[in-house]
Amino acid sequence: MKQTLAQKLVARAAGRSSVTPGEIVTCKVDLAMMHDSGGPRRVKPMLERLRAKVWDPSKVVVITDHYLPEYDEESRRIVRSARDWVREAGIASFHDAQGICHVVLPERGHLRPGMFAVGGDSHSTTGGAFAAYMFGIGATEMVGVLVTGEIWLKVPETIVMEFAGKFAPGTSAKDAMLHLISRFGLDGGQYQVVEYRGDAIRSLPMQERMTLCNMTAELGGQTGLIASDAVTEQFLKTNIDIWESDSDAPLLAHHRFDAADIAPQVAAPHSPANTRPVDDFKGIEVNLAYIGACTGAKLEDLRMAARILEGKRSRIRLLVAPASLRDQQAADAEGVLKILLDAGAELLPNACGMCAGYGERQLDAGTVAISTTARNFQGRMGSPEAQVFLASPYTVAASAVAGRICDPRALLA
Amino acid sequence: MRAWVLGDNVDTDVLAPGRYMKLPVEAIAVHCLESLRPDFPREVRSGDFVVAGRNFGTGSSREQAPAALKHLGVAAVIAESFAGLFYRNALNLGLPALVCAAAREIRDGERLAIDFGDATISTPRGSLRFEPIPPHLLAMVRDGGLLPHLEKRLKGNA
Repeated sequence: MKQTLAQKLVARAAGRSSVTPGEIVTCKVDLAMMHDSGGPRRVKPMLERLRAKVWDPSKVVVITDHYLPEYDEESRRIVRSARDWVREAGIASFHDAQGICHVVLPERGHLRPGMFAVGGDSHSTTGGAFAAYMFGIGATEMVGVLVTGEIWLKVPETIVMEFAGKFAPGTSAKDAMLHLISRFGLDGGQYQVVEYRGDAIRSLPMQERMTLCNMTAELGGQTGLIASDAVTEQFLKTNIDIWESDSDAPLLAHHRFDAADIAPQVAAPHSPANTRPVDDFKGIEVNLAYIGACTGAKLEDLRMAARILEGKRSRIRLLVAPASLRDQQAADAEGVLKILLDAGAELLPNACGMCAGYGERQLDAGTVAISTTARNFQGRMGSPEAQVFLASPYTVAASAVAGRICDPRALLA
Repeated sequence: MRAWVLGDNVDTDVLAPGRYMKLPVEAIAVHCLESLRPDFPREVRSGDFVVAGRNFGTGSSREQAPAALKHLGVAAVIAESFAGLFYRNALNLGLPALVCAAAREIRDGERLAIDFGDATISTPRGSLRFEPIPPHLLAMVRDGGLLPHLEKRLKGNA
């Protein structure tokens, strides 16, 4: 029976030779990731109520990122509860203040192709870039996993997004995702699997592939997947298995694009689905540029911003929160960080920061921001009156230089 | 009880805004949906229904989104479709999430009653069908959510 990558991954976790879309299966979980917000502070009281222990502490990873840096009594209590719980529960894989969970997880070698993983965060779809079946769940369902080591799943159909050719200079995975969300909507993924294929995807570096799978959350897929290949192996610095769909496995849909046709995209307030090509918004004044989040501040994202900002100054407030400490150190070593700072960027901690509006810094009512983050729902980053436009690191950097929404291709001479 | 009718793509940031996420659910609930319907958190009554179009609960995995609705006494969310993560979270918390293709026919303020046995919603203007809770989740929903369901299962094993 011809199987998609999704079916193969689910079948392995369910202990089956094959599975059929639509059937309900129980999967064994290879890895469960939690952060400080949805993790220990929520699961600990529930585990105590059940008088239950973690089924296998070696399969649990805890990463603090949402309430860092701590700024008041509540945030201190939340982060402290993560630090205390990993000790009590015997969780060895604890990454404290090292960056955003979706970036730190593969960076520290926790993900491998073929794995079945859950994360206590909707952007856990990011792990699918490593040909691992990884998706987001809530805190109560995480307790179910922590107690049983298992989770139910409706075997997904697969929607293929195939990008031929090569993305044009000044465009990126972010533009591809905003384009898909505008075309198919926030529920275009139908809570099935969205698999990204084609020459343009094969030639993308790992962190750009992560952006595709990350924003599969906004496209409404249960997760995004990309077959493993030499690029995956190089990133993980270890021998991996190749996991890929059979070429003629049945699909729910197969959409084909020429990557070169994707122009820089911008999503207007208050939805990622309000996306149109950058030209439609050209000239709109913005007063804050934000380069942050698992979606938009990985090393690759910082490099894109630096290509635009080299030798230039931002006319507006430019905030940069590198997605992980290691990515920030790498950006520093290769001169990327200096370019950003010379352009006037203010460096923020390696954490979720303003993206989810959990921290001390929030957008106020008068802010018109352009941001590399994934979501611009009303009130997400602070005041419900704040306006947030979403775009790629190229477009955010170019708009910072112009003080208005700007096509980055004009600045890439 | 009455229906509170909303549109498509109601997101988790309006259900449980990030700036209140550090607080307990009762403090989040007083801001639930306030940017869409300022009267909702003040005037919703126990037994009321939230009715919506497509993709209700899109966005975050934060369970406080369905938990806030449950805390306010919402008896069920009725929608044309749900974001998958919200759907799992709602049922795990024992908040019925009912898929009803004709949800748009329900008008704001109408009085509704739900018959789970028949899978129907009665409105002043007739009766609408909803999709029954999937069989593999029925036992959990009957137990009141995943936690009581696990509690029962663990006791059974002991």
